[in-house]
Amino acid sequence: MQKSGGAVILMQLNFDNYTDLEFIVGSNNIINDTLTVAPMCSFSEEVVQFLNDLSKKIMVKGKDFSDVVSFGFWCRQSAIYKEKSKYDDLSNRIGRGIAFHIAPSNVPVNFAFSFAAGLLAGNANIIRIPSKDYTQVNIICEAVNELLKGEHKNLQPYVCMVKYPSGSKLTEIFSSLCDSRIIWGGDATIAEIRKSPLKPRANEITFADRHSIAVINADAYISSGNKDKIAVDFYNDTYFSDQNACTSPRVIIWLGENKADAKKEFWQRLHNLVMEKYQLAPVQAVSKLHSLYKIASHRDVKLIKGEDQLITRIKVNQLDQELMAFKGNSGFFIEYDANDLSEILPLCDERCQTLTYFGLNKEEINTFFFEYRPRGIDRIVPIGQSMDFSLVWDGYDLIRSLSRKISFL
Amino acid sequence: MINYDDILNIEPFSLDKEKKEQLLTDRLKQLTIMHYQKSIEYKRILDAIDFNPDGIKSYYDIPFLPVSLYKELDLISIDKSEIFKVMTSSGTTGQAVSKIYLDKVTASNQQKTLVKIVSSFTGAARLPMLIIDSPSVIKDRNMFSARGAGILGFSIFGSDKIYALNDNMEIDLKAIETFLEKHQGKKILLFGFTFMIWQHFYKELLKLKHRIDLSNGILIHGGGWKKLINEAVSPDEFKNRLTDICGLHRIHDYYGMVEQTGCIYMECEYGHLHASIFSDVITRRHMDFSICSFGEPGIIQVVSMLPESYPGHSLLTEDEGVILGEDDCLCGRKGKYFKINGRLKNAEIRGCSDTYAVKF
Repeated sequence: MQKSGGAVILMQLNFDNYTDLEFIVGSNNIINDTLTVAPMCSFSEEVVQFLNDLSKKIMVKGKDFSDVVSFGFWCRQSAIYKEKSKYDDLSNRIGRGIAFHIAPSNVPVNFAFSFAAGLLAGNANIIRIPSKDYTQVNIICEAVNELLKGEHKNLQPYVCMVKYPSGSKLTEIFSSLCDSRIIWGGDATIAEIRKSPLKPRANEITFADRHSIAVINADAYISSGNKDKIAVDFYNDTYFSDQNACTSPRVIIWLGENKADAKKEFWQRLHNLVMEKYQLAPVQAVSKLHSLYKIASHRDVKLIKGEDQLITRIKVNQLDQELMAFKGNSGFFIEYDANDLSEILPLCDERCQTLTYFGLNKEEINTFFFEYRPRGIDRIVPIGQSMDFSLVWDGYDLIRSLSRKISFL
Repeated sequence: MINYDDILNIEPFSLDKEKKEQLLTDRLKQLTIMHYQKSIEYKRILDAIDFNPDGIKSYYDIPFLPVSLYKELDLISIDKSEIFKVMTSSGTTGQAVSKIYLDKVTASNQQKTLVKIVSSFTGAARLPMLIIDSPSVIKDRNMFSARGAGILGFSIFGSDKIYALNDNMEIDLKAIETFLEKHQGKKILLFGFTFMIWQHFYKELLKLKHRIDLSNGILIHGGGWKKLINEAVSPDEFKNRLTDICGLHRIHDYYGMVEQTGCIYMECEYGHLHASIFSDVITRRHMDFSICSFGEPGIIQVVSMLPESYPGHSLLTEDEGVILGEDDCLCGRKGKYFKINGRLKNAEIRGCSDTYAVKF
């Protein structure tokens, strides 16, 4: 396998010349191995064990960070085996070669999921990690370094984590060398990175600006015995990421009969939680007022008054494609009363990512999807799980996209 | 509506709390009703929050629009044919700028109000004026930048005007010295933007071997402290250093914004910013926008009796400030006096994409 990428093998790059390049994992020497090493089979046992050992380390060191813990939980051996069992063609699937990941700067642990997916698919990985200093990033990178210097030395060439400033020539160089490029970070970043060409056979996964919605059945909510948990789940879907993640619902659609009672209770419980856990900064309060007046100046809406600025609720009486232009964050909810699930259709264009639901049965949702086949919505998840990472993300199967299948007749 | 010309006849710092509140409530209620009728966007905004302008009991009740809204919306209460000029904020390249639409009446009232406020500090007579900026700032008159508008606005206080900096923002010492010689012994007005004065005037004067004498000068400056805070220069130090280098000791900062041009807040001899009768400041708590007590820092809301051509008579700024007192400043001026703490801190919002894109 090693000889297959002949052109690459001949190239020895001297990264010493790039003074703006900082290795967090790897080195100038190792990255040259990264560029030439043979890819691995997808879900190789070595990688599964490495991730399991990583999980053990960071679950201890990072126990104070819920995002580190959820990554640690995700990459346990048993969880990975479960993922593995979903693939039936692993016997002839190997990594594409070099995966170049560009992680977003404001979701600290995102880079780790991206890198784990690249590794599981069988690639050598170059990951540009956030330039900002996050304790979570340090914990994970330190653990990776310990493992690569110790019992997982064999995997050393497969992992390089780097920092370099935006606008550096390095994006161009890594792009010209990689076999897959993974860009997290939205439309503007994608446009910027796409100025750097890829090899003719290289592929690209882009995570563009997306938005999400939630559908709640009022009657199911009222009869639910676990309303506190629902509040926590919804909080985690929204406030935990300042309601600014692509997965955070911006529009809440209510179904069912007893909407008024359900809403009253739902928002009151959420308010108690937000009051206790969320820090609303003055600029966020001003920005929500801006978002409110902006939508009000364009459309027929009503503010549903609350006791303070923690939760901003805006009632609309129409869902259409323009609505999402008025989305806000930090607890800014556009609400709509629907009679039928199909009313959400105008929101389900290609920019719509996740549908979070409560109290709907799968059949109901399935029927809607296969009857209308909207261009958007790549994930349908129960309330509270919108941020849970999965190897199928944003409509991409990361394992299949980052590996190739060999036909052997 | 109360005629603004009548209001203009009142001395800017002469009304006590009760009288001022009555005047502000009357006029601002009328403005709210008028904008509600004339601006469809403004009407929709008020309708969305179920606000009835006829029910206004106090100007404290009137909704406040965040100044950032003027960057995204064309808020206007006149027919397009009546637009006399469009003021814009000085945004850096690529940033959205505020657009403020003025008709002749509002533009003229802005100018008259400015005259009233400033001349209560400088005296009624026009003075020889040294503008501490470059003449190029006002050359493009089609789009008024905040800096250009400030200079043009203040120019009416000058009888004989020169610019202290050339087109390359270099100090024009020869012109300054000729000017000072010509007006020896007379009171001189100096005007400029705080950071420009520090960067291109004070720092250049420091380099000179001989000193120029501006002890007869009265300096009015504005534009904010953001850049000087970065250089760790406090308002006191700014004043002291200028006094040391050129004898200037009458120095007045002012607070104001392009969205409410004309109604500026001048700093008195005791270092306090003062609200005139033409406008007011209210500080609000971000959690529920309730009104702060005196001494309690909050988000600054400004109201102004001027804006007739656009619904900008009640605005929420992006600044934090503290009301220090009302009607009892040692300088003798009536009305609220306050200080600005600076811009609201930019919170680091989480999320997947937005900030990364901006920083990339």
